[in-house]
Amino acid sequence: MKRLIKTTINGQDLELAVNPNQTLADLLRYELGLTGTKKGCEMGECGSCTVILDDRPVNSCLVLAVRADGSSITTIEGMETDSGMHPIQKAFVEKGAIQCGFCSPGMILSAKALLDKNPTPDERQIRTAISGNLCRCTGYQKIVEAISSVAQTGVKNE
Amino acid sequence: MNDYGVINKRAPRLDAPDKASGRAKYIDDMTMPGMLYGALLQSPIAHGRITNIDTSRAKRLPGVKAVLTAEDVGIVHYGVSPARYDETVFCHDKVRYVGDEVAAVAAVDIETAMEAVSLIKVDYEELPAVFTLEDALSQGAPVVQERYPGNLCAEVHQEFGNVEEGLRQSDLVRTDIFVNKRQDGAFLEPQGCIADFSQNGFLTLYSSTQVPHYVMRNIAMVLGIPIGKARVVKPYVGGGFGPKAGTNTMELASCFLSRKTGRPVKMNYSREQVFLFSRARHQFRHKLTTGIKKDGTIMALINECHLEGGAYASFGIATVYYAGSLLAAPYRLANMRYDGYRVYTNRPACGAQRGHGGVAARAAWEQQLDIMAKEIGMDPVEFRLKNSMETGDITCNEFNTSSFGMRECLEAVAGASRWKEKKGKMPRGKGIGIATGFFVSGAGYPIYRSETPHSTVVIKLSEDGGTAHLLTGSADIGQGSDTAMAMIAAEALGIGLDCIRVSSGDTEFGVDLGAYSSRQTLMTGHATKQAAEDVKRQVLEVVAEKLKFPISDMDVKGGVVTFKGYTPDFSSLRGTYLKEHRGFTDNPAEQGPLQFREAARIAFLSRGSIVGTGKYKPGDLGGSFKGATVGTSPAYGPSAQVVEVTVDMETGQIKVDKMTDAHDCGLAINVTSVEGQMQGSLSMGLGEALFEEVKFDAKGKILNPNFAEYKIPTALDMPNVECIIVESNEPNGPYGAKEVGEGAIMPTIPAILNAVYDATGIRVWELPLTPERVHRAIKDMEKRKE
Repeated sequence: MKRLIKTTINGQDLELAVNPNQTLADLLRYELGLTGTKKGCEMGECGSCTVILDDRPVNSCLVLAVRADGSSITTIEGMETDSGMHPIQKAFVEKGAIQCGFCSPGMILSAKALLDKNPTPDERQIRTAISGNLCRCTGYQKIVEAISSVAQTGVKNE
Repeated sequence: MNDYGVINKRAPRLDAPDKASGRAKYIDDMTMPGMLYGALLQSPIAHGRITNIDTSRAKRLPGVKAVLTAEDVGIVHYGVSPARYDETVFCHDKVRYVGDEVAAVAAVDIETAMEAVSLIKVDYEELPAVFTLEDALSQGAPVVQERYPGNLCAEVHQEFGNVEEGLRQSDLVRTDIFVNKRQDGAFLEPQGCIADFSQNGFLTLYSSTQVPHYVMRNIAMVLGIPIGKARVVKPYVGGGFGPKAGTNTMELASCFLSRKTGRPVKMNYSREQVFLFSRARHQFRHKLTTGIKKDGTIMALINECHLEGGAYASFGIATVYYAGSLLAAPYRLANMRYDGYRVYTNRPACGAQRGHGGVAARAAWEQQLDIMAKEIGMDPVEFRLKNSMETGDITCNEFNTSSFGMRECLEAVAGASRWKEKKGKMPRGKGIGIATGFFVSGAGYPIYRSETPHSTVVIKLSEDGGTAHLLTGSADIGQGSDTAMAMIAAEALGIGLDCIRVSSGDTEFGVDLGAYSSRQTLMTGHATKQAAEDVKRQVLEVVAEKLKFPISDMDVKGGVVTFKGYTPDFSSLRGTYLKEHRGFTDNPAEQGPLQFREAARIAFLSRGSIVGTGKYKPGDLGGSFKGATVGTSPAYGPSAQVVEVTVDMETGQIKVDKMTDAHDCGLAINVTSVEGQMQGSLSMGLGEALFEEVKFDAKGKILNPNFAEYKIPTALDMPNVECIIVESNEPNGPYGAKEVGEGAIMPTIPAILNAVYDATGIRVWELPLTPERVHRAIKDMEKRKE
């Protein structure tokens, strides 16, 4: 039996009928077409499916879709504004923080959740905040540089 | 300094905005009308005879559209090397490892497909299995592959120079045995594919692959269709590092399922299935005997290597050769003997992974040499500098180093890390270590014997002249080759990077052998440069005809046609262009120089579509002895690394504090991407050194097929790397460029091992350096001292 939920995704209020065993990741990807949320392990270990659920970064593969009832969710598709990419996204592009790109959406959302809470993190805090987001390509250095550059410029996160 | 306009600078990646915004489509982000979902039935046992397969219940399940076994698809052997085609799509006689594929199902959704798989009943007669080198090589051991009694998949015996004489002349001879562990590729995107056989007998396979070309050949061969009717398209790929450089079972199964059902079929590996399919780093056991003179000269090396390779050959033949040939540099070594044995076991097949075949050998030898340098009282850096090869040196196995900045790399890392101030002066528990390495810039020969160009590139100018569209079959799997090719094309054409559009990863665009052996910058780069020059020549020919100006005195720079001597009157050309573009707001200024797009438009009006082509095939390279093709390359990239560690003397916990890396990439096309390859390589090496190990239970089942129990480096494990790019200007490379993607991993493990020694006094000969193993080694050392 499907259950009806009310949720806000990227600022849009939605009413959705979801299966009780469906994960938030699958709801986003396969029902809503928000494929920017990646699935790398489906066990909550790699962080590729990270989305922001009520201000907290979560592994959407471990969250049941029904749990989104009454919640507000930001996915990578919700990061862009009318004026283009979010400063964190721009920094990732400019600093070479993206190689294969599979971890990037989750990584960017973890960075956003951090900067929303703490706009001036030090390197250790940045590394801790993204330690649940695995990246096999970059060695993390340029990702940390990208996040630091946004933190240092003091850009407000929308 | 050079006066390049586009290359040798930092450029944001062309694909980065799509990837940062979530728009980039990877295989599982794609869907097609009427698409079915496939699933595989895999063996639960490591070795057994299949006595019966009953698919009747699966076929009756509502929603199931096809169930296929070996009986349906036939038995065509395939694999990576034609000399060892030892795989079939589905097992027909027996299963050889936990995970071996027995059947596949296509259904309306993935849940139905998986339920159907669970309804297939297979009867096995379980056979005794072999899991270790010792078991597999023992007398009367169970045979994994019937064609290879004794379980020897491949063996190599090579001798260069006179090893016995070299050892006789040595003052110090030492033998050590070193073991690494099976590593997993651990790319973030699991393999997946969609096969679409619904188009008039033409098959298109969309796949997360590093090698569209080889996959195209394999699916055509196994399905029995003309190669020209098979097309492989690579969407964005979430990393590969080697394991995606061969055809996987899903790719073939989905094609068969699509042919059977007439509908597109999608298949994905779960993370556990990625581990089961494996094709990642082998387990190597190296026994090295080295002789050196008192003055530090390396005289001879005997290298005996056993590779635990799993149930199928995959890349194994190349791996076993690489495990020998990649010790012939970067030190001058006149006498080298190699005996390599790649052994079948009842485990998942190993294949190629970053630093193919050479990583464990490098780790073993660099640690041994470090010990020997100390024994003769020589500083590790001095020792390495003394033995370093230089540009123009040819190795004993006939690798020609046409550029080789080994010495420069060593000096760079020693300087930047302040080696002299630190070595031997750090407190107990802190240490510094150095190592070197090198890798090929592309395999000198294709995997199948052929005279084929390794790369072809087509560049077509848009009819308005404003955009150059680069078409290549090469595979950007995250390393940034599309951007590098765009930069090379822009440089060669003399136009801006924003005027280049790249379409890649599609076998329809031509032959490109793909992303393996660090080949694309050099090989695809050559073809790209040639295609761009071809386009430029065609455009300038028309301008030369129209203006009666010698083509030899014309060029294109910064998007503008340049003339030597004087500028001819090109107002008629401009007039033609402007007449066609009334109302356009971006027309060239009336008095400004002749734009390339104007010239290109005039060329189109005169000749029709302007299409340039380029191709690259290495010249005759290397020796003629058996196996000479493995390791032979147009160019070699050396590197050196210094690592600093802290070891907790009580717990054995290692923390890598700092890494300094220098790599000779010939010429950096995109400086940012070169650094990215260096940092990524070091991260993978750090993981293998410190914690990565695929573990098995007593029945051959993987114990840790997930990222919780198979740990790769996180942002907290990986320190910052000081990257130093050395540019030696490779004569065989486009604009002097050569590899960086794999060579950079070579020194990482031994530099860590040598740093751990410096910190603790222990030498560890088995990876990974877990706290338990290090703790035990420290305790053993303390006991010996008492």
